Amino acid sequence: MGQPETFEARVAMHPGGAVEHHPAVILGENKPLRLASGAELGPFTVAYQTCGTLNADRNNVVLVCHALTGDQYMVGTHPITGRPGWWQDMIGPSKPLDTSRYFIICANVLGGCMGTTGPADIHPKSGKPYGMRFPLITIGDMVEAQAMLLDHLEIDSVLAVVGGSMGAMQALEWAHRYPERVYASVPVAGSARHTAQNIAFNEVGRQAIISDPNWHDGDYSARGTRPAQGLAVARMAAHITYLSDEALHRKFGRGLQDRDQVTYGFEADFQVESYLRHQGRTFVERFDANSYLYITRAMDYFDLTAEHDGSLQAAFTDTPVRFCLISFTSDWLFPTAESRAVVHALNANAANVSFVEIDTDKGHDSFLLDVPEFHTILAGFLDGVAVQRGLVRR
Amino acid sequence: MNNQTPVTAAARAAPIRVDLQLIADMVEPGCRLLDVGCGDGALLRHLVQNKSVDGRGIEISREGVNACVREGLSVIQGDADTDLADYPDDAFDMVVLSQTLQATHNPRLVLLQLLRIGRQAIVSFPNFAYWNCRLQLAFGGRMPVTESLNNPWYTTPNIHFCTIRDFTRLCRDEAIIVERSYGLKNDGSKGGFSGDGLFANVLGEQGVFLLKREPL
Repeated sequence: MGQPETFEARVAMHPGGAVEHHPAVILGENKPLRLASGAELGPFTVAYQTCGTLNADRNNVVLVCHALTGDQYMVGTHPITGRPGWWQDMIGPSKPLDTSRYFIICANVLGGCMGTTGPADIHPKSGKPYGMRFPLITIGDMVEAQAMLLDHLEIDSVLAVVGGSMGAMQALEWAHRYPERVYASVPVAGSARHTAQNIAFNEVGRQAIISDPNWHDGDYSARGTRPAQGLAVARMAAHITYLSDEALHRKFGRGLQDRDQVTYGFEADFQVESYLRHQGRTFVERFDANSYLYITRAMDYFDLTAEHDGSLQAAFTDTPVRFCLISFTSDWLFPTAESRAVVHALNANAANVSFVEIDTDKGHDSFLLDVPEFHTILAGFLDGVAVQRGLVRR
Repeated sequence: MNNQTPVTAAARAAPIRVDLQLIADMVEPGCRLLDVGCGDGALLRHLVQNKSVDGRGIEISREGVNACVREGLSVIQGDADTDLADYPDDAFDMVVLSQTLQATHNPRLVLLQLLRIGRQAIVSFPNFAYWNCRLQLAFGGRMPVTESLNNPWYTTPNIHFCTIRDFTRLCRDEAIIVERSYGLKNDGSKGGFSGDGLFANVLGEQGVFLLKREPL
């Protein structure tokens, strides 16, 4: 293929903004990953994407953590959907995650379905897909897998961990678990624990999948089928929670879809219905239903206070990490109060924390959308920590 | 307070408002500092850049916070009345409350919080007994509008006006030690009079106080 052997050599071929889709690395071969549940996983694979160039001091790494239905394809063309990466506008030369300065890594989460080991993959011992035999995983387990990837890449510490939604949970978990490996943590539209409402929405999605007759207790691939309808309904319900009433109203209102009047039936009369059905349909082409079950469960189990007798303050005692929490006014899934609770706990430790609430009506998904204020703030915060860490000012 | 009042640092400082410069001159280099009501971060940025402070800020307005964080300052969106309670005792060497006290709901509690979380506090506020305020009220019969009280009564965020004398009294009642005090003229420069006496209370447009707790 003409690809140089070593990682450095491959990276060196692409100075400044080159995007690399790395073949999945195999980790945990010698020593399996011990999961929070007590189960062991290994060997397993982690697939990841990088942009930019690792500098000689190896101190310009920004680890990006993707959300529930995201993947490692932050930029470039997605191999399945053919669409641009989910943070295309955020990452590149002179963009907030400036690839001429930072080396940006995003790995598919454990339990995912884009190259990192998940329930759709083949169990090495049985030779059959894991299905429901895949062990339950947590946000902490995802972070452990990423830490093993960094070990593999010989990266001791990162300049920043940045993530939205479930990515924010990972950014917090990283700061909690490895404060010495994380200079700054940027949890966006996140929370230190999944709330009852969050869990409730996830449960609706999971029940939609499980009650699909094609689910077959998770062994659908052996039967050559898949619970597409259940997964689509899960996606439709979840998608509503990512938007806001104003955004839906602005986009669709009560507009009718390709018709002048209602049909007095149950077709997709309204544009919003048509939109949601489209979201459901396209989602099932790229996402595995069992992965959806496992990853939503990982989010539900997330509670940073659990190991600290319910105290979030105790989770960050004497933390040296610099934090920047960002929330959005119209996000009702991970409302500002959730970020503020983290800020209060960090203040109680006199930690170095910035906190910004951004005024937008675009809902939870604001972190994925064109919200210029968010972009300039993230750029400014990262620039600040980069300069503190000795990187050249922009 | 040590006496390294850094003339050199002030000399290389980018110019900031004269009254902010006066505050900056009282800040020990390299200290841990919290600027409560830091606005767009003018003072905080100056202190981080010129005095190498480990600086943090709290600001109530979203625009102010965004401007600060965009520039890499560690600032949270928060409220002096409610959010100071989170911080542990002695979290900072110095806490600054510049032109904010009069806009808080409970200035006394805020003042006590400042001195709980910081070893020292610098507080500045508009002096309602400034001669021009007195004249406007006494002879114009109107609520005063001045350089530092530049809003009409119906839009002002300032809900707890006080005079330099009032403030001095409050400090005494709360056993707070006034280490230094200045009455500032309307151009923000130091008046040639004692900072907490009658002259300051008449001629000072604003008061600036360096405070510390009475030792237990």
